[in-house]
Amino acid sequence: MSQEMTGSEIVLRALVDQGVDTVFGYPGGAVLPIYDALHVQNSIRHILVRQEGGAVHAAEGYARSTGKVGVVLVTSGPGATNAVTGLTDALMDSVPVVCLTGQVPTHLIGNDAFQEADTTGITRPCTKHNYLVKDIDGLAQTVHEAFYVARSGRPGPVVIDLPKDILQGKGSYAPPSVNGHRSYKPKRKGDIDRIEEAAAAMAQAERPLFYCGGGVINAGPKASHLLTELVKLTGFPCTLTLMGLGALPASSKQFLGMVGMHGTYESNLAMHHCDLMINIGARFDDRVTGKLDEFAPHSKKIHVDIDPSSINKNVRADIPIVGDAAHVIEDLTKVWKARQYRADRKKLDAWWAQIDEWRGRDCLKYKPSDTLIKPQYALERLRELTRGRDDVFVTTEVGQHQMWAAQFLPFEKPNHWMTSGGLGTMGYGLPAAMGVQVAHPDALVIDVAGEASVLMNIQEMSTVAQYRLPVKIFILNNEYMGMVRQWQELLHGGRYSESYMDSLPDFVKLAESFGAVGLRAEKPEDVDGVIEEMIAVDKAVIADILVDKAENCFPMIPSGAAHHKMLLGPEDQADNPVSEEGMVLV
Amino acid sequence: MTERHVIAVLVDNEPGVLARVIGLFSGRGYNIESLTVSEVDAEAGLSRINVVTIGTPMIIEQIKNQLDRLVPVHSVRDLTEEGPHVETELALLKVAGQGDKRVEALRIADIFGAKVDDTTLESFIFRLDGQTEKIDRFIGLMKPLGLIEVARTGAVAISRGKEGI
Ligand SMILES: Cc1cc2nc3c(=O)[nH]c(=O)nc-3n(C[C@H](O)[C@H](O)[C@H](O)COP(=O)(O)OP(=O)(O)OC[C@H]3O[C@@H](n4cnc5c(N)ncnc54)[C@H](O)[C@@H]3O)c2cc1C
Ligand SMILES: Cc1ncc(C[n+]2csc(CCOP(=O)(O)OP(=O)(O)O)c2C)c(N)n1
Ligand SMILES: [Mg+2]
Repeated sequence: MSQEMTGSEIVLRALVDQGVDTVFGYPGGAVLPIYDALHVQNSIRHILVRQEGGAVHAAEGYARSTGKVGVVLVTSGPGATNAVTGLTDALMDSVPVVCLTGQVPTHLIGNDAFQEADTTGITRPCTKHNYLVKDIDGLAQTVHEAFYVARSGRPGPVVIDLPKDILQGKGSYAPPSVNGHRSYKPKRKGDIDRIEEAAAAMAQAERPLFYCGGGVINAGPKASHLLTELVKLTGFPCTLTLMGLGALPASSKQFLGMVGMHGTYESNLAMHHCDLMINIGARFDDRVTGKLDEFAPHSKKIHVDIDPSSINKNVRADIPIVGDAAHVIEDLTKVWKARQYRADRKKLDAWWAQIDEWRGRDCLKYKPSDTLIKPQYALERLRELTRGRDDVFVTTEVGQHQMWAAQFLPFEKPNHWMTSGGLGTMGYGLPAAMGVQVAHPDALVIDVAGEASVLMNIQEMSTVAQYRLPVKIFILNNEYMGMVRQWQELLHGGRYSESYMDSLPDFVKLAESFGAVGLRAEKPEDVDGVIEEMIAVDKAVIADILVDKAENCFPMIPSGAAHHKMLLGPEDQADNPVSEEGMVLV
Repeated sequence: MTERHVIAVLVDNEPGVLARVIGLFSGRGYNIESLTVSEVDAEAGLSRINVVTIGTPMIIEQIKNQLDRLVPVHSVRDLTEEGPHVETELALLKVAGQGDKRVEALRIADIFGAKVDDTTLESFIFRLDGQTEKIDRFIGLMKPLGLIEVARTGAVAISRGKEGI
């Protein structure tokens, strides 16, 4: 039964048993044995990226759009260090990734050997867990355990550092064991007494609000479905974080839009004035809470999270519930129904009347233009020209375009929106789109990009070409690091220090040089044609949309301000200088 | 308002586990007043880390939750919160001197119940165990009497009663 295999074969066999069909990677000396073993098998597809950082973001895109664990394979030293940004990104956004790194042979570890880096040391703070395999006997079990850790509880990245002698040595394979982990056993079911308490509080609330986040997405599509039911059942309003978009269909009348720094007026005011906040799978991030001591001052807070360390970290919870979002929402719904709770119609109607008044401000409206392409207009057209399709996946880079995409594109389902929220990694969107496209070959995958961000991983166009991935890179090109420029305008007297993007490439020619299609829109009337063609061609496209360079992203809650101190447009900005306290925040 | 808490952490005895715990404290800016670690169950491969830390109640709660989510951690117990416990620390002190100072050092050591572990004609090594404050006081008194060197273990603690960790 336990026939001898090489370490590399054991690794690949374990991957197959873990259901892996795709690996994103880049070879090098220390992992050549694995590449050799890959060469003679057909179960796993290897996607050769052009920089290891791209491999991790691709694996993130793959993971977030499928709910499976994304897998990365890189060499020792520079291969591993290049992966660090992606690992940190996956940690911040709770994305399940397993990253296999090569390592120098065990007897050379610690000798400053060629391409040696202390990978487990470097990645300890930026992974959920990591392993250095020193004995081939434990190899298969370590790989299985890594997958278990990456996907259970609060998901995250796991590194397995593999010395070359282990990969070349001989040992026996062990299938995944059915026994649980000896120490890591996250709690999935929420405490039922707390859930009863939460349901009772919901029945008594006058101004309730669901505030849901990435944890609902992490809990699988069922959780989003259950949330949608519960929101309907209660009649309560619901807001979502950047990471939670898609957990409730954007078309739901009860959806108030995104919350937080660039969230809608109605969401943020509802957060400020609610008397009961039902947080499910969101972590009270500073982009959402703004000034902590003025955050939702009148509210009782229910907080559902699978990770106890998210609870009472930034904001005190009155009713903390540790558990998986899907389980807890299901139990909450059962209790709500069994006790025949219903909201006080009169009070809830009054709350909705107030919310509708806030909605009436139409906070996302912008000044249209006949001559300049407003970035919001470009996204509205993208929205309209893809309406009704249910196979649209959107990734983004980081900056203004990311916020506009969050505001203007509607997400009806979970797992169709991938963005770098916690780390805010420029260069995420293109490789992430690659990963999504690999997982969904026939889908329409769009990277809403900024011209500055997309250059950070532009080498991946070569990967896109090699695997004929028809990703669409939709650049809102303002020739500025727009988000930086906006902050400089707000906080630094309009001194645009180093935020202008000089010497940009000709994106059309750049696309062509990679065998992709390049398109450009210069005037508002070009936009529809470019989008239609971008969708129609069965090839990768870079659409260079030359947008208004001066446009700023509103609404905005300046750093250090409370929710009700939101800026709705350029006029507000002039009247409300940012406090000194706010200046030091990011 | 900060509090001092003694926390006991049972972990897998594996390479890197101490680095994970220490990295957690430094990375998140938590205080470590003292930290000790040693294997306590060779058969099960378990070590116990005793940490003394200082923080607001919210930070203390974070520390415990953050420790608990480390993969090799089996259990985290806040002995201070859980109630009565026995806490002790061991210190070795080297005191050098002659004449009156030497006599006085020996006299105070005797009062504190410190043991003389080694002596030369010009120096003593004292061994003292007990509460951290008691050791602090002893060290304070030895300073003017020729204190040369101190080695301390940091606090270890265990809860009272028949229940285990
Ligand atoms: C330029 C920029 C601007 C931004 N502006 C905004 C903004 O205006 N608004 C905004 O919302 N964000 C904004 N962000 C993103 C922000 O930084 C955070 O990433 C985001 O708010 C966090 O989302 P979240 O609270 O849903 O938590 P996530 O980071 O998605 O964390 C998920 C939480 O759910 C828990 N969880 C995981 N799995 C489960 C499960 N199965 N069951 C239950 N719980 C689970 C986790 O433990 C964690 O606490 C911005 C980012 C950038 C780069
Ligand atoms: C790797 C990295 N470096 C720096 C930043 C800081 N930063 C945030 S947004 C931004 C500008 C992004 O410019 P662009 O991609 O053109 O997007 P725009 O804001 O113009 O839409 C910068 C530099 C970052 N988020 N990530
Ligand atoms: Mg730009």
